[in-house]
Amino acid sequence: MSTVLYDHLAVEAAIASMTDAIQGDCIHLIGIHRGGALVADALQAHLEARGTKVCRGNLDISFYRDDLDSAGPNPEVKSSQLPYDFNGQTIWLVDDVLYTGRTIRAALGELFDYGRPAAVKLAVLIDRDAHELPIAADLVGLHHSADKTSSIKLITDGPWHIEQRGVKA
Amino acid sequence: MILRIQNGHIIDPANGIDRIADLWVRDGVIAAIGESDCGPADQTIDAGGCIVCPGLIDMHVHLREPGQEWKEDIASGSRAAVAGGVTSMCCMPNTGPHIDHAGIALQIIARAKQVGLCNVYPIGAVTKNLDGKELTEMRELSRAGCVAFSDDGMPIWHAGVMRKSLEYAASFGFMIIQHAEEKMLTGNGAINEGWVSTQLGVAGMPAVGEDSMIARDIMLAELSGARYHVAHISTKGAVELVRQARGKGLKVTTEAAPHHFALTEEAVLGYNADAKMSPPLRTEEDRLAVIEGLRDGTIDVIATDHAPHHEDDKRCGLSCAAFGIVGLETMLPLSLQLVRDQVLEMPRLLATMTCNPARLLGLKAGTLSIGAEADICIFDPEKKWTLDRKKLFSKGKNTPWHGMEMTGQVTHTIKAGQPVFSHGAIVGEAAYE
Amino acid sequence: MKGMKHLFGIAGLERHQIEYLVNLGDSFIDINRRPIKKAPTLRGKTIINLFFENSTRTRTSFEIAGKRLSADVINISASTSATKKGETLLDTALTLAAMQPHVVVIRHSLAGTCEFLAEHLEHTAIVNAGDGAHEHPTQILTDLLTMKQAWGSPEGKVITIVGDISHSRVARSHLLAAPKMGYRIRLVAPKTLLPSQVERYGCEVFHDFDAALPGSDAVYMLRVQTERLTDSCSFPSIREYHEAYGLNMKRLRAAGSDCLVMHPGPMNRGVEIATDVADSLQSRVLDQVEMGVAIRMAVLTAMCGGGETE
Repeated sequence: MSTVLYDHLAVEAAIASMTDAIQGDCIHLIGIHRGGALVADALQAHLEARGTKVCRGNLDISFYRDDLDSAGPNPEVKSSQLPYDFNGQTIWLVDDVLYTGRTIRAALGELFDYGRPAAVKLAVLIDRDAHELPIAADLVGLHHSADKTSSIKLITDGPWHIEQRGVKA
Repeated sequence: MILRIQNGHIIDPANGIDRIADLWVRDGVIAAIGESDCGPADQTIDAGGCIVCPGLIDMHVHLREPGQEWKEDIASGSRAAVAGGVTSMCCMPNTGPHIDHAGIALQIIARAKQVGLCNVYPIGAVTKNLDGKELTEMRELSRAGCVAFSDDGMPIWHAGVMRKSLEYAASFGFMIIQHAEEKMLTGNGAINEGWVSTQLGVAGMPAVGEDSMIARDIMLAELSGARYHVAHISTKGAVELVRQARGKGLKVTTEAAPHHFALTEEAVLGYNADAKMSPPLRTEEDRLAVIEGLRDGTIDVIATDHAPHHEDDKRCGLSCAAFGIVGLETMLPLSLQLVRDQVLEMPRLLATMTCNPARLLGLKAGTLSIGAEADICIFDPEKKWTLDRKKLFSKGKNTPWHGMEMTGQVTHTIKAGQPVFSHGAIVGEAAYE
Repeated sequence: MKGMKHLFGIAGLERHQIEYLVNLGDSFIDINRRPIKKAPTLRGKTIINLFFENSTRTRTSFEIAGKRLSADVINISASTSATKKGETLLDTALTLAAMQPHVVVIRHSLAGTCEFLAEHLEHTAIVNAGDGAHEHPTQILTDLLTMKQAWGSPEGKVITIVGDISHSRVARSHLLAAPKMGYRIRLVAPKTLLPSQVERYGCEVFHDFDAALPGSDAVYMLRVQTERLTDSCSFPSIREYHEAYGLNMKRLRAAGSDCLVMHPGPMNRGVEIATDVADSLQSRVLDQVEMGVAIRMAVLTAMCGGGETE
């Protein structure tokens, strides 16, 4: 059972408004594999369209997760790609859905194994407002509060939209 | 004391008896088959549906006493024997001290009599300390009760010593039993050399290690005119060598162990130390050759090479584990498969475990002749049971057949007219200790 | 694929499991190349390297792999002779298992050691770091990752393995991996160094090295244990061995400029491999060492992965 929470128009509007909120001459965007990387790609396209220079990287946090015992290693680990020196820069960490905050915690851990940015800001497409850690996004495209039995997913096959799954009818 | 064994199918290969009849025992000896003037029986055993045959003879057993009593002793080995229908067995001299002087032979025989379950006939050592250098006093060992000579476990590797051993033994009519293994070829091998050893990465013992020594020995036996017996024959080449030697009229004989006609080297896959023995389990081709040797009479004895070990000696990985498996309690059911597979008729099969070894060793055993000591084995050839190593009477639990179904079970064993084993238990005064 | 219980050998792995471990290893390469070579993947895990045979490189490779993933790694060198003096192999293993490690990595000179110990150690994952002449699975996974880097896939390639095949666990594990992964093996050795019926693995067997070279995509040289070679009458001299089975520049040219040179190490320069070949651009020997760490990170991660086997 799944329902569409936000259609592609709403998602595109959210990305556009996020782009507007990101200011600066050179923006460092690091997406979290794999939904966050896609959102970062979209932000990059918008930023470059308006003439802003973008440095991109991606993180795969598989080796930084805290649930190896229960989940097992991810069969499709992608290498993290941080091909440039970001020491002393302000980084925008990008993810699709902000839920408990554990992914962001792992991503911060990994990021600091690569270097020492001056500041890290967090941009998420949708915030479920159910954080389990003291982690909040600096930039949020959309909000939706849902109970823990359901999952919220960014669907990127075809026109992007956001679905809620597992809702009791 | 009169014992009547009723309605059994009596098979006595030595006398050509093969019919359903009553067997009468009086005062420890066979009194009559069929009609009897013994009068009323003091004890009756119903053997309906069972085969009644002479108590079995296992001419190749390691009893470990003296020296390694934690592995087996004469009492536990005797219990295992009668549980397997065996009433006479020959124990190999690789004890500690070795059976290389008369005192040890006398001690073993005395101890076996004290236990009183099973006749024990020692095999004397060919060389002192089994070290292949100096001959033992074979005449004295013979007078003390040794029925043949062997350095079993160790081959008599030195051709000159083997020649002298055969010549000396031939002078007095003794038989030499050889554990044929050219150690320069088998080296530190643990299992048969071949596809299985290659896959496991374990050093192998090539078949040619057995064959080449037998070939040499047969030539020396021909030269000396000696009686030469190949222990636990396991390869196709060895069976063929013995067949040729017998064809030439040489006094060459051999025995096969049940594991060599029941299993192949594949039993050690998975590093199963309970399937490790010397000579090792061989290929299917070898297994079939051993069966053919039994069928055509090249091999006239089945003997177990009963080799009990403590679990510590086996629980150390395949390469380090001791060689050998226990055999007394599985000899009959495993051998009966040869009858079910129509390799041998029942009387011929039973001959390999009764009158044939008795003839080779000159034992007064292995027959149901009137007046013979009443050593009798009664077994149900169709009874199915599952082997549980914990229930073996032997101290050694090292068997590859744990948990496997066996067909054919000994119901009674009678020693000199006294039941010593009945329906799974040692019975009577004889259950010493 | 979720948690594998043990890693005994290539024999117990299916193609998809081999590919999974190689791909997982691939993703660890990056961690080993960055300035801070540490990830928290195995934080709180204890790994014991139990080495009954000396092997500085394999032990170091496992140790670095575990430490870079934040596991606690303990090295124990138990020489076989010391074990013979008293404690049995099984007791040593049971003692260590009672200390509740997550993984025990074992190297032993006897084939089947891991299978034997696993029967008695219920709760510990066992990784085979080489058992006698049986298997050496992490070396083969390492080689497959090295080949992946070079070719993308080993499918259809011809690997020519040269040397003491009889005593080589590396050769046996490759012989098991080849049909699963679609590459072919040529073995080159005199009869004295070939195990019985080895052709039943489905490989080609050569006694003449030069005849095996054309068409080889990689030449894989095995280490020669010089004492063993002459003492067992397997070969008369090192000089003659090098002449017959050593990889020199002339032979490498005959194999072609695309042919890779591999060696599980440590190399005997001037015995099985000439120095100029070992140092040539075609040599992948040091890549193998690097990939070895990544593969062992992958194997340890898979062992600690939890969950049931698929």
